[in-house]
Amino acid sequence: MSSNSFVYNEQSGGGEAAELGQEATATISPAGAFGLFSSDLKKNEDLKQMLESSKDSAKLDAMKRIVGMIAKGKNASELFPAVVKNVASKNIEIKKLVYVYLVRYAEEQQDLALLSISTFQRALKDPNQLIRASALRVLSSIRVPIIVPIMMLAIKEASADLSPYVRKNAAHAIQKLYSLDPEQKEMLIEVIEKLLRDKSTLVAGSVVMAFEEVCPDRIDLIHKNYRKLCNLLVDVEEWGQVVIIHMLTRYARTQFVSPWKEDGGLEDNEKSFYESDDEQKEKTDRRKKPYAMDPDHRLLIRNTKPLLQSRNAAVVMAVAQLYWHISPKSETGIISKSLVRLLRSNREVQYIVLQNIATMSIQRKGIFEPYLKSFYVRSTDPTMIKTLKLEILTNLANEANISTLLREFQTYVKSQDKQFAAATIQTIGRCAANISEVADTCLNGLVCLLSNRDEIVVAESVVVIKKLLQMQPAQHGEIIKHMGKLLDSITVPVARASILWLIGENCERVPKIAPDVLRKMAKSFTSEDDLVKLQILNLGAKLYLTNSKQTKLLTQYVLNLGKYDQNYDIRDRTRFIRQLIVPNEKSGALSKYAKKIFLAQKPAPLLESPFKDREHFQLGTLSHTLNIKASGYLELSNWPEVAPDPSVRNVEVIELAKEWTPAGKAKKENPSKKFYSESEEEEDSSDSGSDSESESGSESGDDGASSEDTSEDSEDSSNEQESENGSVAEDKAATKRNPETKGESDSEDGEKKNKKSQTSDSSNVESSSIEESSSESESQSENESESRKVTKEKEKKLKQDRISLTKDVSLLDLDDFNPISTPVALPTPVLSPSLIADLEGLNLSTSSSVISVSTPVFVPVKTHVLLHRMSGKGLAAHYFFPRQPCIFGDKMVSVQITLENTSDQKIENIHIGGKKLPIGMQMHIFNPIDSLEPKGSITVSMGIDFCDSTQTASFQLCTKDNCFNVNIQPPIGELLLPVAMSEKDFKKEQGMLTGMNETSATIITAPQNFTPSVILQKVVNVANMGAVPSGQDKIHRFAAKTVHSGSLMLVTVELKEEGSTAQLIINTEKTVIGSVLLRELKPVLSQG
Amino acid sequence: MIHSLFLINSSGDIFLEKHWKSVVSRSVCDYFFEAQERATEAENVPPVIPTPHHYLLSVYRHKIFFVAVIQTEVPPLFVIEFLHRVVDTFQDYFGVCSEPMIKDNVVVVYEVLEEMLDNGFPLATESNILKELIKPPTILRTVVNTITGSTNVGNQLPTGQLSVVPWRRTGVKYTNNEAYFDVIEEIDAIIDKSGSTITAEIQGVIDACVKLTGMPDLTLSFMNPRLLDDVSFHPCVRFKRWESERILSFIPPDGNFRLLSYHVSAQNLVAIPVYVKHNISFRDSSSLGRFEITVGPKQTMGKTIEGVIILSQMPRGVLNMSLTPSQGTHTFDPVTKMLSWDVGKINPQKLPSLKGTMSLQAGASKPDENPTINLQFKIQQLAISGLKVNRLDMYGEKYKPFKGIKYMTKAGKFQVRT
Repeated sequence: MSSNSFVYNEQSGGGEAAELGQEATATISPAGAFGLFSSDLKKNEDLKQMLESSKDSAKLDAMKRIVGMIAKGKNASELFPAVVKNVASKNIEIKKLVYVYLVRYAEEQQDLALLSISTFQRALKDPNQLIRASALRVLSSIRVPIIVPIMMLAIKEASADLSPYVRKNAAHAIQKLYSLDPEQKEMLIEVIEKLLRDKSTLVAGSVVMAFEEVCPDRIDLIHKNYRKLCNLLVDVEEWGQVVIIHMLTRYARTQFVSPWKEDGGLEDNEKSFYESDDEQKEKTDRRKKPYAMDPDHRLLIRNTKPLLQSRNAAVVMAVAQLYWHISPKSETGIISKSLVRLLRSNREVQYIVLQNIATMSIQRKGIFEPYLKSFYVRSTDPTMIKTLKLEILTNLANEANISTLLREFQTYVKSQDKQFAAATIQTIGRCAANISEVADTCLNGLVCLLSNRDEIVVAESVVVIKKLLQMQPAQHGEIIKHMGKLLDSITVPVARASILWLIGENCERVPKIAPDVLRKMAKSFTSEDDLVKLQILNLGAKLYLTNSKQTKLLTQYVLNLGKYDQNYDIRDRTRFIRQLIVPNEKSGALSKYAKKIFLAQKPAPLLESPFKDREHFQLGTLSHTLNIKASGYLELSNWPEVAPDPSVRNVEVIELAKEWTPAGKAKKENPSKKFYSESEEEEDSSDSGSDSESESGSESGDDGASSEDTSEDSEDSSNEQESENGSVAEDKAATKRNPETKGESDSEDGEKKNKKSQTSDSSNVESSSIEESSSESESQSENESESRKVTKEKEKKLKQDRISLTKDVSLLDLDDFNPISTPVALPTPVLSPSLIADLEGLNLSTSSSVISVSTPVFVPVKTHVLLHRMSGKGLAAHYFFPRQPCIFGDKMVSVQITLENTSDQKIENIHIGGKKLPIGMQMHIFNPIDSLEPKGSITVSMGIDFCDSTQTASFQLCTKDNCFNVNIQPPIGELLLPVAMSEKDFKKEQGMLTGMNETSATIITAPQNFTPSVILQKVVNVANMGAVPSGQDKIHRFAAKTVHSGSLMLVTVELKEEGSTAQLIINTEKTVIGSVLLRELKPVLSQG
Repeated sequence: MIHSLFLINSSGDIFLEKHWKSVVSRSVCDYFFEAQERATEAENVPPVIPTPHHYLLSVYRHKIFFVAVIQTEVPPLFVIEFLHRVVDTFQDYFGVCSEPMIKDNVVVVYEVLEEMLDNGFPLATESNILKELIKPPTILRTVVNTITGSTNVGNQLPTGQLSVVPWRRTGVKYTNNEAYFDVIEEIDAIIDKSGSTITAEIQGVIDACVKLTGMPDLTLSFMNPRLLDDVSFHPCVRFKRWESERILSFIPPDGNFRLLSYHVSAQNLVAIPVYVKHNISFRDSSSLGRFEITVGPKQTMGKTIEGVIILSQMPRGVLNMSLTPSQGTHTFDPVTKMLSWDVGKINPQKLPSLKGTMSLQAGASKPDENPTINLQFKIQQLAISGLKVNRLDMYGEKYKPFKGIKYMTKAGKFQVRT
């Protein structure tokens, strides 16, 4: 690199400013930096000039160089004022680089950083979600304490943003704010609580991360979201999965009773069995099986299993530790295969995984035994991997495989990597100690190694032999003699000390050698290592006690040497020994017992795995890897004796709905408002804070001001109307709730409904959610209930034909009390769609039921032609249903339209012109597209509220020059949103939807078409439904709700005994849709 | 989670630093250097190093250490996996991941890192999404950018980010629609002195290069899916369908990606396609040793073995070797004691061999162990496990794509003990 900078130096001789600037980034070699220090300042001047220039390209150049400086760790803080000015740059790349710079230096230049805040505040309201998100990111990354309140506000607002991406960033910002100002904890927990309820998979991981960081002890926040998190888990991005799994592991350990039967003992189990929740009481008759796993516990274990197949090692490890810590012992086995797979990965991954396997293999050899050979060491493995593999092999050794292993170890002992060879010898020792059958073989092998040429190997062998001999001293005189001889050659202190200790301990068995050894050692005493000196003293003392005739003088000589040794340990020991063994007048009563003290039977050392003490750390954590408690480590609690109340995890409908509604109102208003009132931005951003918190009342006023006069009136009135309707609806809902909870029969229910519809009220309230009905939805529900009334008397097969007719009838009725919806929707085509969306936002709560909307099981990629390129003069359009909850409004079906320019000219200003929508139907159009290059294509999304009917939405697709009439007719299956519900809930709901609300048909086809997967495939292909886990093989259930009204749609496929017939049953309030769906499903299921 | 990232080259210079939270002084790397010194070899540096206030987690790839600084408890694999993902991304962006390349593209690197992590938590790691946010530098784009002043930063949130298929870009368009799948199997084996197999297993991957317009939905089925014992998928694969039907059904990401990696069940005996005959002997008395190895094919199912390379780490006592190969070229590095022999193709009629003598250090005793031989080879058009793709179908788009499937067998960690 320094040569590089020379090149630049030469060039800069030319004197061009730009090149001088470049030099600043090019010189990174430390030597160069000093030499050029003075000119550095000058260069920064240039950068400043460039930043102030009017040309974007110069600014960009300057910013790039500055980022280069930051990357190299050079200080660029003095450029702060010049850089911060560009924060509002229109050029997105400059902007991004300025952000990078700000985040890096704002902490150091707090006052100046404040200058940039207003820009971010403004960007927080940008219609582009990417810009909103990045503004939030930077705002929260600037660690300036003064702006804490602003950050708090921004987070609150963003947490209610329509875009899940922005909400994700809000979750990240929570942690940042918390680390900046822990005082905000309480407020932040509220936001976390709210975000935890979010149904987007994008948000889940990040908010759990925030939870773990801010309030890991608030386990109560998880209860209500537990099932949702379990169900979403597979669809969350991989990093989020890791965090969620770790959190759920801790959760499970606090909420469920231990599934490890053998651990608790019979008594414990009995107790928890009798005292715990109702569910277990129900099963009292099943005495044989006292433990019943909580279904939620099972849910977690089941839903994490597919993740063992993840490509991400961290996810696999997380699932493995979850199984290890919370699954029944009998099910832990499945993790081994996946963990062994990870051993194919990089060195670092291997290292961590092997460490965890090492810990696991101590407790449960069984699960890794089949993979023994995967742990064989290769000569190319790094040493740390080798030793870990060795550790695991030792743990796995048993009578059956030890002979194979020993043969393998023989190869390792000869390895050129001597450190590894030494570790192998330790291992052999441990095997010998653990498996008594091979103890002798191992010992012999080790003795052979004593003649090895390598000193480390010999020394290690000596140490291991010493330990082995200690365990079975009697018959090994020969080996001890052999080792005595080794003293001449071996120099490693530990080994010498070991030999001396061994001889001292067995001095009576080798009476001839021991004194001789002491003689030799006395000679070399002064030059020995401290460790050896201590053992010489020990040996002397023991010999003095057993054989004082021969060794008295020798011992005294050694003691004298020790007395003047430099090391105080040795001097101490000398003094101690002298007092103890040499009888004199001062020595007390102890000397009588000297022999007992020195030659006492010593317990053999336990040869244990070094991984033994790591067990108490949660697997897969940093603390486990380091065997130290890392800061922020959260202990895994023990299983509770008695399971806490499981009903806390039941999700209640009403609460949810209520809490969501106000938030939903506030958020939807702001972004689109900004869109129309650029000029008022300054003002707005200042009151936006209060705005977001205040109720919708103030909003309608705001809206009026910023939109056109024509719409003002209609809007205001519609608002009024809504609030009236809303309150009525709520009242009704309240009265409604009672019968529902009491579980009255549905025939009664049905009657009630009909009465309701006559009083022009939403009958939808019914369907488990209490939405405040909007004026629009009202008309729809009116239709529906009306049509139901009619169809009651009719034959079922006539229904479909009836629909249009009944619509017309009800239309007439409707006009009387509902004049608003039409004026808004039709006369101001350009403005209204977004306004309508806003209104919708005001009125609709997010979907809410026992049953949460889940992600689609399957998204068919079938596209429909909207506009053929021939008829579109080169403009082709296709649409398809992405089956995503629509972001424009809860009652809308999202439609993705792909526009393609097949002509060879640019098509300009593509937008949606006039719309011809049936009553009640609404559309959220896409923003006009300025231009589409030839051969270019663009995908836009729209939302259409089809009012739960298959009526066609007709509108005009316009370009600059032409208008084309196009229409979208939704397949019935796309008017649904899949919901996740339990079998129990399904049955309950189905019980309430019988009689009129049930349609059924018999299907006859070949049995192979009735495999669960085929049925699932077929059903989800036709309709956007969610599968309901079923306890019975023969019955398949699917659930969804209609997008507009949220009515449940329950599909059951019940297989008959013969195998070739099945009963298809559909239960829904929306009988029309139900029967249409039945008609669609029947042929699909029948065909091969 | 991840506080900072330092990139350190093999000579110990920190050439890039990036912080996601408060700045951590680069002096924290001193602990790393200490550990590096102790470890002597780069690959022996422990991946996790505790320091008084921080923990350093590192990965070593392409001769660069990627050192992440963290402060609190975090699953170590999380960080390690992420760092590997960073390296993969760099490779994806710049073709190679090397120090000069990173230095040349420092701005793009910085922008990418900024997108990958927010406050230390991964934000966007899918290459398809990243490439929409930050366009990879190409010569053409650089030229265009300098002329037009446009940028390589996207200003729209990639639609994939919000959809159910976050790994795929939208609006993909190709004139030639093609999908290629490479089934690559690697044999990991340890062969003992006498030529018998101690352990052998097959690990396979299916790498795909898919360049298809629109939103294609592909299914890939195998003739013999039972062979696959343990599999791990790209997130795009629908797990449920695999579970029930053993069919890979997926909407692919755009471009290159690894669809699947698998392990062939251990019950199946692994066919070892090569054998090595060796005669390496050291004598105690003389300072010369004999060296002779021959490689030959066995169980190759009629395919040629190509790209054979033999590597062997000689004992320290070996000073030099004088060898003659019957084909190919060989080198011996007297410093690292590494012998490598690039054999090339094996002709079954005339087996390649390498013969000669080794000169040993005078007076030194003979080494305890003969060197192990590491083998590399390739066999085209063969998946050694016998895995076969049955068919590939595309739904959801109307055009007819060009489909191709290639099989290859390679040596993984293939070791012969002598």
